[in-house]
Formats: sequence, structure tokens, C-alpha cells
Amino acid sequence: MSTTNSTTTGSLTALQRIAVVFRREFRSYFQTPLAAVFLVIFLFLAGLFTFNIGGFYERNQSDLRPFFQFHPWLYVFLVPAVSMRLWAEERRTGTIELIMTLPFGVADLVIGKFLAAWAFTTVALCLTFPMWITVSWLGNPDHGTIFVAYLASALLAGAFLAVGAFLSALTKNQVIAFVLCAVACFVLLLAGFPAVLDFIRGWAPRGVVEGLASTSALTHYESMMRGVIDFRDVLYFALVMAAFLVKKSD
Amino acid sequence: MQSCAATDRVRTRYDPPHSAGPGETDSPAFLAARSMETNMAAVPKIVAEKLEKRFGHIHAVRGIDLEVPAGQVLGFLGPNGAGKSTTMRMITGFLEPSGGRVKLDGIDIAEDPIAAKRTFGYLPEGAPAYPDMTVEEFLAFIAYARGFSGKDAKDRVERAIGRVNLQGVRKQAFETLSKGYKRRTGLAQALLHDPGILILDEPTDGLDPNQKFEVRELIKELGGDRAIVLSTHILEEVEAVCTRAVVINKGTIVFDGTPAEMESRAPRDATKNRMDAAFRAMTTGDVAADAERGAGSRAKGGRR
Repeated sequence: MSTTNSTTTGSLTALQRIAVVFRREFRSYFQTPLAAVFLVIFLFLAGLFTFNIGGFYERNQSDLRPFFQFHPWLYVFLVPAVSMRLWAEERRTGTIELIMTLPFGVADLVIGKFLAAWAFTTVALCLTFPMWITVSWLGNPDHGTIFVAYLASALLAGAFLAVGAFLSALTKNQVIAFVLCAVACFVLLLAGFPAVLDFIRGWAPRGVVEGLASTSALTHYESMMRGVIDFRDVLYFALVMAAFLVKKSD
Repeated sequence: MQSCAATDRVRTRYDPPHSAGPGETDSPAFLAARSMETNMAAVPKIVAEKLEKRFGHIHAVRGIDLEVPAGQVLGFLGPNGAGKSTTMRMITGFLEPSGGRVKLDGIDIAEDPIAAKRTFGYLPEGAPAYPDMTVEEFLAFIAYARGFSGKDAKDRVERAIGRVNLQGVRKQAFETLSKGYKRRTGLAQALLHDPGILILDEPTDGLDPNQKFEVRELIKELGGDRAIVLSTHILEEVEAVCTRAVVINKGTIVFDGTPAEMESRAPRDATKNRMDAAFRAMTTGDVAADAERGAGSRAKGGRR
């Protein structure tokens, strides 16, 4: 009966839908000063920690350990800055109503947005490549180790982002989203921090201590930072990401 | 009770020229008209059945039934907080109903949300859009989301921009636009894929008289073979563009009929602004109870 207006929309596959969400989200980082601020601060602090605190030159070793060992602590407050806006911003501007009534599934939105945020932090990470060049020029580092450490750093950022994205969905207040995420990431790290583990080791059975340490992102990050790709470590990060993303899709 | 009455009204609206009054719904003429309608297999564009929404202990929407066929422009009226936006949000799948179901173009939105969401264009309350995107970028995003690509997407964006006169601001960031242009961007977004169903939450809110006129003309023009639901607080707008008026109060339908019928419900002593008087009568105090009783009596002999 209707001639012109029977549904003329093409149908997209799940992958195409995710791509549409991803593209908008990824571009949005560069439409605000966020990208510039984040990139500059990340690169500046990464360099500062490496050379001033990590003692990059003083160690006289051609590796990037001083560079990578501070990444978890940088991510604790930089990742929430990226993730806090993922959903809280959509709620604040009301666009959440728009995207939820466009022909997307919730999972498309969750995955697309997460991947965009992850791609953004990965861009930041990739921009630290002069470090790799420097250390290669000064000495003869193990490139395999460095590559795995980069991978570990990206996975860690991804895990934190998944946590942050989840928390961002709970509130429309970005400050709350930021603080919650920072605290959650901090706890995730702290569970594997030697000082904390030593404290517990005094009274808790060994199984509990090891269990706690294995839930910590730090434990898995450090083992990968040494250049060992342990399937369990990769699985850990994949699980953290999946757990928080699935939670949010509900 | 009166939710049944509401559906009945819709049914009865199909059999011109006379409209079935109370008790008439069993008449042969009515039944004939109804069976004819079923034979034509005219699936109503929008079907909402027994919609309920509770927010904690607040019962915001209490059993709303609506059927909107193609060609109808439905003015959705009610005081603030009556449940208009909530109902529209449930129809568009943004909110999950606490009870009841919604079908769009015959597709149940709970069963196949993505397919159902392709059938309509929606202007949410306040016409939200991404503040940092330009009008063009925003509409391009909508086009991609609607499954258009390349030249197709470009053409769609051009048409949408032309349709609501956004040419002058196409390169401007959304947040820098005036209220009127924001609203028009929202309309352009809803129209982009030329949907058979349009759901517009206060499309003329915040527009100046000229812009209101333009938007009304556009809606009239779109009417034709689409099903349109628009909420508004401006009752003259209902007279100007709508073929049907539905008034809800406290989450239930208290009136469902033509704008002329609505006007006739105004108290006898009202001489000016009779629509407003009728609206007040339906949505405040005892008179509202009267209206409800009226609706209830019509429900006698209803199909459920």
C-alpha cells in the first residue's frame, strides 16, 4: 500500500555496524582537545619517568624496562580520562537516545566504542616509537622482548579501558566515571604490588596470596614485560576485557 | 478499561463516514467495515499493546494501546509528566516496557530490535546530536548507520539538508547552532532514510513562529502515506497538522479522536481557545474523571 516509504534502509552486518560506531567514536577524540592533551601528557610523562626516575642512562643496559615499568601507573589516571566519556558523554548530551534507537545492537555499540578507545590509546603508545629507535641506536636490545612489552602495555590499556567503559555506563557524570575508573584500575594493580602481597603473606595462606596476585593486572603485565608471552597472561587480559564488556551489554 | 476504548476508537475510525458510537460496535455495519479492513491486510504501522512502564515505585505508563495506520498524523498530547516521552521511548525501543509490546511495520521490537529500528525515524526530546560534529558530518554518520554508503549516503544527506533548509549551516558544529537549527538537524536526521514511520517528540519546541510554520508544512507534506506520531504542547498545532489527537494523563489515554471531536469536548461556557479548554477539562480534576468515565462507557462491547 505504501509506495515510497517501505523501509529503504540497507541492512548492515554486525561487523559493518561496529565499524560505523568505531569510526564516529575514534574521530570524536580528534574533534576535541582531548586527543592533543592526552597524547602530549602521555608522551611527556612516559619520557620523564623513563629518563628521570627509571634511570634509563644510568642502568647502562640496552632495554626499555625503565620505560615500560611505569606504564601501569600512567594508565591508572590516563585511561580513565579516555574511558570516562565513552558513555557518560552520550548520556549528558542525550545522544544515547539517538544511538540506542538507530539500527544498532547494544553489543555493536559496546564493542565499537571500546575498540575506538583502545585504538586511540594504541596510537598514543605507538607514538613512543622514538624510544625504541633510541635504544636500538645506543645499544643492541632484544627486539622480541620490546615487542612483547609493547603488546603487554596495549593489553593492559585495553583491560583498563574495558573497566572504565563499564563504569562510564553507570553514570552521566564524567568526574564520577573518572574517579571510579581510576580507583578500580588502581586496585587491580595494587593487588599484585609487592608491598601489598608481603603484608598479606604474613597471615593469609599461600593460596590466597597467589590467588590475589594472579587477579592483579600488574603480575601479568610484569611477566609479559620480561618478554615472555604466556598464554595465561594474554588470557587474563582478554578475560578482563570480555568480562566488563559483556557486563555492559546486559 | 479505557485502553480498550482507545483501540476501539482506532478501529472505528476506519469506517467512514459515520463513526461507531457507544454500543454501536456490534452493529453489522461496523463488523462489515472491520472485516473489510482485515481483508485489506492493512497492518498498522505502529502497534502498541498494553504498554506499561514503572520506574521503581512510580507507575509512569499504565496500559497504553495505540494503533497508527499509514496516512495518519497523530498528535500525542498531555501535561508534562503524563508519560508522553516515556511512551515514545518505549515505542522506539529506547526504554524497555515493564509490560506490553510494540510492533513497528509488523516487527516486534523486543524480538528483532535492529530490524524494527530500521522502520522508523525518531526525533528524541530536545533533538540531541554530537556537539562537536558539523551538521554534514552528523548526517553522514546517520546515513552510514542507516546502511547507506558512498554516493548513496551523500545523496541522502543532501536531500535531508534540502528538505529542512539547513544549507546555510551545513559546515557548522552542532553546538554552535541556534535552537531552531538544532531542531531542524534532528528532523533531518529522522527523515534521512525516508522512513514509513516518524516519531517526533516536540518537533516545534523552541522554534520561532516562522520555523514552526515551516515544520508544520513539512509534517503535513510528509503525512501522505506515513504514520506520524508527534507530541506537542501547542494545541493549535494539533488542529493544523494532525488527523487524530490522543490525550494522555497520568499514564492512561483519556481521549482518542479527531481534533474536531476533541474541541467539541470543551465545556459549553468556553468560547475562546476551545482546544485548550477541552485539554484542561480532560487532564485536570473531576472533569478528567468524567472523561475517563466517558471513555470507559465506550469500551463496552469492545473487541477484547
